[in-house]
Amino acid sequence: MQNQKSWYLLFSCWLVALVSMAGSLFFSDVMEFPPCSMCWYQRIAMYPLVFIFLGGLFPLDTSVIKFSFPLVIVGWLFATWHNLLHYEIVPETATPCREGVSCSTVYLDYGFITIPFLSWVAFSMIAVMLFLLYKENKNNKEVL
Amino acid sequence: MKNQKLVVGVVATLVLVGFFAAAFFYNQSQNEKYGFLAQENAETFVRPHSPTLGPKDAKVYLVEYLDPECESCRMFYPLVKQIMKDFEGKVRLVIRYVPYHGNSKFVIALLEATKKQDRYWQTLEVVFRTQPEWGSHHNPQPEKLWGFLTEVDGLDLSKLKEDMKDPALQEIIKIDMKDAQTLAVRGTPSFFVNGKKLEQFGIEPLRALIRSELAK
Repeated sequence: MQNQKSWYLLFSCWLVALVSMAGSLFFSDVMEFPPCSMCWYQRIAMYPLVFIFLGGLFPLDTSVIKFSFPLVIVGWLFATWHNLLHYEIVPETATPCREGVSCSTVYLDYGFITIPFLSWVAFSMIAVMLFLLYKENKNNKEVL
Repeated sequence: MKNQKLVVGVVATLVLVGFFAAAFFYNQSQNEKYGFLAQENAETFVRPHSPTLGPKDAKVYLVEYLDPECESCRMFYPLVKQIMKDFEGKVRLVIRYVPYHGNSKFVIALLEATKKQDRYWQTLEVVFRTQPEWGSHHNPQPEKLWGFLTEVDGLDLSKLKEDMKDPALQEIIKIDMKDAQTLAVRGTPSFFVNGKKLEQFGIEPLRALIRSELAK
């Protein structure tokens, strides 16, 4: 039973990563928004998660936490920084963006929902669920 | 385990299908938004230099390849004007050129040069109306046109003569000829309605084609 809960937690992580990947590809390849460098760093962190989580699902292997967490943290940090830029809390000059697309250009704007915001939500969700999975797993081990 | 694989498989398929469905609908909505101009080869039909009449967001783009010295184009011109009146606001007329006659290039350059004075359509009107006088096939007298052009209100003829020397006008003719070749234009007038060639020549088939495009 506990095992099943863990499986669904990891499954949810995979689902969030998958939808994020599909969504970001939709923005860049279908709607043809050019991804800025910040977006690329977040993609680099997000895309491998889809495959790492999938590998951890069959059979359930919670050691994926160890391999995926660094990516999730790096992605989350970039997403946080990107949001600060986007809402102009941090001025653009303090960013690593140089040529091409500006990281503070707003492409999608339904009120507070922007592309970096969606990215931040996705990384946050994955981080929280991975943490829950970690705790769940620790409890299980103690029981054993 | 079996169930779990099924869940992952189904979800992955759903996301994939969803992605492509969304892409399809997005592209379709974009096409509707920009209409005919969103078509991949639209620029072969409408160049930035092409004279146009009617709203930019018109549902139907009526492209006419014409030669100002061609009698059949002259005959068609009032009919095209009637179409613009009957389908007002729904059709955008685009004029393209194919110079088939001896003085076509001269007259096209003249017409294009009137754009600088914003007298294009008025001049086209006079050019077609007086065509039998200056463009008779056995005795063409294009210089006669200057006399007729005084009928165009506010057209400064000496400025027009200067503007006509602009080599950019010859470039326009070249581009139009090349596009005409691409589109396999074999005679004038040739009509394209939203990129579809009018196969059966005639005013009624043309109207029918426009109506069928409008009904889409």
